[in-house]
Amino acid sequence: MASTIRVRATSTGEVTEVQVLIQHPMDSGFVKDAKGETIPPHFIRELTFEHDGRNVFVADWGAAVSKDPYVKFSFKGGNKGDDLKISWIDNKGETDTTTAKIQ
Amino acid sequence: MTITHSDFPATRRLILIGAGAIALTGLGIMSVGMAPALAAANDTYPEDAFKQKGAADAIKSLYGRTAEPSDKVKLDAPEIAENGAVVPISVSTTLADVTSIAFLASENPNALAAVYRIPPGTLPNVANRLKMAKTCDVIVIVEAGGKLYSATKEVKVTVGGCGG
Repeated sequence: MASTIRVRATSTGEVTEVQVLIQHPMDSGFVKDAKGETIPPHFIRELTFEHDGRNVFVADWGAAVSKDPYVKFSFKGGNKGDDLKISWIDNKGETDTTTAKIQ
Repeated sequence: MTITHSDFPATRRLILIGAGAIALTGLGIMSVGMAPALAAANDTYPEDAFKQKGAADAIKSLYGRTAEPSDKVKLDAPEIAENGAVVPISVSTTLADVTSIAFLASENPNALAAVYRIPPGTLPNVANRLKMAKTCDVIVIVEAGGKLYSATKEVKVTVGGCGG
């Protein structure tokens, strides 16, 4: 299966800007389906960005983050060619991980 | 699975990382070990805070104190969100020593939407997309130097984000 994580990390030499888009339903648990049955909550709880053995950004998410979540942040350091490891875990314990090269 | 193309022009250019990357990272074992530099109160998923109904309770649960409004916190959100399911919201601040940034929507079933942990060296600028049930205040809390600063903006929601 292809990764659920799409990432673009670009370094200016001083700062690395990271944009990530994840495929995930992010069901809140407040929505009913066509039959009137509640769709159970299913959302990413933690999203971690690791560079050079150190977490550079950690997102704690609730159910109010939009479907197929997007997030953008920047950190100092990071060179072209460096690895950036991105992992998420959701409320059902499902996970995905990918490693991207900083461009 | 299908790839959902975003209405964000920038993200459309994102590279699709193939299955090869997954193989390289083995079984995808999570690395959730926090850097020791992070404060103790700042390194676990704030389960209780996400369960609180109102914004004030969520902030209290998350930080144990209240925030003061600051013009150094710049909150970018639309005046009117036609689709409450996808409301682009971003924040930046000139405050120093930022350790976390939290996003809340006051009238959502659970006000707290997201908390971002900002370790030293990471810039205090975050953009994301949130669901909003109806027209209400978006509140951003910036934790900096052990104090809390906030910015608030009302976003009018035409179609609520709870309809899926």
